[in-house]
Parts: sequence; structure tokens; C-alpha cells
Amino acid sequence: MTEKTLPKAIPPASFGARKWLTRETALPWITTPLLLVILLAIWHFYVRGTGISSFILPAPSAVWDSWMDMLSSSRAWRHTWTTVYVTLMGFGWALVIGVGLGVVLGRTRWLELTLNPFIVATQVIPKVALLPLFVVWFGFGATSKIIVAAVLAFFPILTNTVLGVKSVDAGHRDVMTSLNATRWQIFRRLELPSSLPYILTGMEIGIVLAIIGAIVGEYLGGNAGLGFMLVSKMNGYETDGLFAVIIQMTLLGFIFYFATGALRRFTIPWHQSVEIK
Amino acid sequence: MSNPPKAAPAIGLRAIEKWFGTRDQPVHALAPTDLQVPAGELLVLLGPSGCGKTTLLRMMGGLLEPTGGDLTIEDRALWKDGARQGETLSELGMVFQDANLFPWLTIEENIALPLELKGVGKAERLARAHELTKLVGITGFEKRWPKELSGGMRQRAAIARALSYDPKILLMDEPFGALDAMTRDQMNLELQRIWQETKKTIVLVTHSISEAVFLADRIVLLSPRPGRIDTIVDVPMARPRSLDVQATPEFQTIARTLRHRLNEIS
Repeated sequence: MTEKTLPKAIPPASFGARKWLTRETALPWITTPLLLVILLAIWHFYVRGTGISSFILPAPSAVWDSWMDMLSSSRAWRHTWTTVYVTLMGFGWALVIGVGLGVVLGRTRWLELTLNPFIVATQVIPKVALLPLFVVWFGFGATSKIIVAAVLAFFPILTNTVLGVKSVDAGHRDVMTSLNATRWQIFRRLELPSSLPYILTGMEIGIVLAIIGAIVGEYLGGNAGLGFMLVSKMNGYETDGLFAVIIQMTLLGFIFYFATGALRRFTIPWHQSVEIK
Repeated sequence: MSNPPKAAPAIGLRAIEKWFGTRDQPVHALAPTDLQVPAGELLVLLGPSGCGKTTLLRMMGGLLEPTGGDLTIEDRALWKDGARQGETLSELGMVFQDANLFPWLTIEENIALPLELKGVGKAERLARAHELTKLVGITGFEKRWPKELSGGMRQRAAIARALSYDPKILLMDEPFGALDAMTRDQMNLELQRIWQETKKTIVLVTHSISEAVFLADRIVLLSPRPGRIDTIVDVPMARPRSLDVQATPEFQTIARTLRHRLNEIS
């Protein structure tokens, strides 16, 4: 709309740039790298100026080198894949159980009222405190961490699914009733697609919590994964390595988060949360 | 009802009534009501809010079970032992005040939805949907999302969806109530044309007197507390009616009579 008000005399090149800049979506592509560079510069000159010990705060260049070393080491990649595996498995279980139970609870009021105190209880317990128990039951392997990741991711997926099923439009239900739809058809053709925007919101929160669960699990009781790597770097006083692992974790988080965001565009292009072109 | 039709009526109501609410505070939404809708008629249910016109229509559509009485569609019972009869139900198509299109389906998919539920193959049901977009005048919008259409066009799509499985009867609950006056006039003309082309039986609920007189063969005026039939008015004006019909003395006489009676009962 702003293009229309621009005078015609503006040469094509600057017109194009102006048009590109006015788009809200373009802004983060400029500001994000800029802010990153500024932060790195402050960090660099602070380390240089104060001569602070590299055990406390290594220079950005040292962190970079350490991260590059990490990327070329097959051991580090093995740990990364372990964390990816634990996160996705935990998230997958949380998704299946959260959506399944959410649909049932969203439909059945008495069951929701009956189970609600227990569901809230599982949320109030600090789940990380349950990890030792899981380790006792399932050992130091991946299973105990998958369970922690699943338990963390489960709650937002469940509550959003319940909300989604409850928010199904009464008029839409009338349509299905007047068409004599079966219970399965109502679920498949109405309740599921109608709840999908809510479920995806739950998934976006859930995936981040699943990563946290996986890493904390590995950190506290593991022998593999990025969380375990963090502990061994700490024990070896390799602060630059610590930073490198944190970078790796952050990137992993970004990838998972944006993957669920892409899923939103892909699965519900009709919803208002996805902009129309 | 003084001269009952010879053939079986499209819709037959005998002593149909509806109670809502709890045992302590029952609400009599509709007193026992008799009504016969002959095949091919365009019947309008008119009345103030709370007169039970929507309740009556929703009972005809199988969305509400009557508390008492007999309800037949094409001479077959709609309810048996508290269960809707699916076969009887497929003689009915419903259109609501909101178009109620599913936002995750394109227009053609929305129109074809009833056929999909009935297990009709994809090619066949989409062909039928395209046929119907032509009938209701929204060709070219088959692949669009509902949110990309205007209110009037969405309502056209909703009518197409209700017609998709070719029911004999169309039940419409204030279908144009949410539209602006100009679109509403247009839709009334379109509905008359669709009705004449398809020869359906239509029962339409409205609270607009001019819409009722313009569309109806017969107007059933309902009064509230409890909802019951007050008067039945014939509208013997020739068809097809143009919007100019509203300026004729005949139209205005009927409209005036209805308005006076409405003021008395509400």
C-alpha cells in the first residue's frame, strides 16, 4: 500500500529497495546479524581490554575455534545425534499421548474433571527431580532421558489439544450432525483439522521443552549426548568448549523450533496465523 | 390446513412440541403444533424472537429431538426410539445463518463434503461441486479458501453444499440474516431462481417481513411463550417475482397485515 503513495519520479532501483525494506519480514534479516556483530565486538574488546582469564571468559575467536573443532569431530556429532534422537523420541511420545488424551478429555467433560487434579499434579512436581527415579527404573541409557523429555513436552500439547477440541465451532458441529456424520468422520473431518492450530501451538512449546528435558537428563545422569558433553567440558575446565556446546544446543533448538513453525505453514495454510500471500 | 393436500406432504408435523430446561424450570419452547408442507412449496416461518421458529426448523432438520408428536419427512419418520434415521435425514439439506464453511477446506471441497462423507469418489464429487458453483453463481472460486470470499458468496457456497446430495427439502435458518440489505435482496432473487430451477421444497426462517412476503408461497406466523402457530398467510403473487413487487399494493397489504399482527403478539 505504501508503494502506491510513492511519487513516480523515484528511480527503479531505490524504489525496489524501499519496497523491500518496508516489508516487516525483511527487518529481522538486517537487525539480527547487526546485533550479533555488535555483541561479538563488545565481547571481543572486553576480553582484550580487561585481560580476563580464558577460564572465566574465553575470547569469541577461541570459542569459534573450539566450535569448529567440535564440528569436525565425529565424537561430538555422535553426542549431537544422541540428543536429537532423545528429543525427537520424547517429543513423539508426548505428541501421541498428548493429542490422544487431549481429544478424549476435550470431548468428555466428566473425565476431564476427574483426571484434571492428577494432570496438574504431574505438572507441579519438578520433573527433573523424577530423573533419578527414571534412572533407577530404566538405567543410564536413552530411555530415562526420553521419558523426561516426553513428560516435559506432554503438558502444553495436552492442554492445547483439549482447548482446541473444546473450541470446535457449534455451527460446524451442526453441519456434521445434519449430514449424519459418524463419530469417526466428525473426528477426522472436523475436530482434528479444527484443533490443528491449537495442537501446533502446543507442539511449538513442547519441542523446546523436549530439548530442555533431553539435555538436563543427559546432564544429570548420562553417558552420551550434548548434556553429557557439557558436563565433561566443565570437568575439564574447557570454558571455550562449554561455549561451543551451548552454541550447538542453541542451533539445535532453533532448527527444531523453526521446523514446527514450517509445519504450521505447511499443514494449516488456511489459518489466520499463516499470512495470506 | 383446511384443505389437506392429496399426495403425502414433504414434511408432516403432528402435535410436535418441544420442552427445554430442567425438571424444576421447564420452558415450553413450542406448544403442540400441526403443519403440513406440500412438496415444492416455499414456506416461510416468521415471528419475533422466542417464538420457536428456529426450534421448529431444527426439529425438522433432525438437530433437535421433539419432546412429543410425530414428524415425518416424505412420509417416513425422522426419529425412531430416540435415534435419527439416516436415510430420512438425507432428504434434508440445511443452511444456517452463518455459512459454516470449514475454513480448512477450499470452496469446492466444502461443497463436496457431504458427498465425501457418503463415500462418493473424488472425481465424481468434484464434478458435482463444479456443477453447483454454476447453479449458485460462484464459478471461478472453486479453489479459494472461504476467508477469501464475501459473506454473500460464502452463503451461496453453503447453499451449494446443502444441495450437493440432491435432497428433496432445503431447510434454511435465517440464511441471509447476517448480510447487508443490498446483498440480501440479491440473495432473495437468487434463492427464488434456484428454487424454481431445482423444484425443491424450501422451509425458510426469517424475522424480516419483506423477505417473507417476497419469497413465500405461504407464511406461517408464530407467536411466543409458548411458541405456537398464530396465523398462516397465503402469498398468491405471480412468479418469478422481481424486486419491484415490493412496491405493489398486494405486497404492501400482506406486509401491513403481518406487521400489525406481529405488533399485537410480541
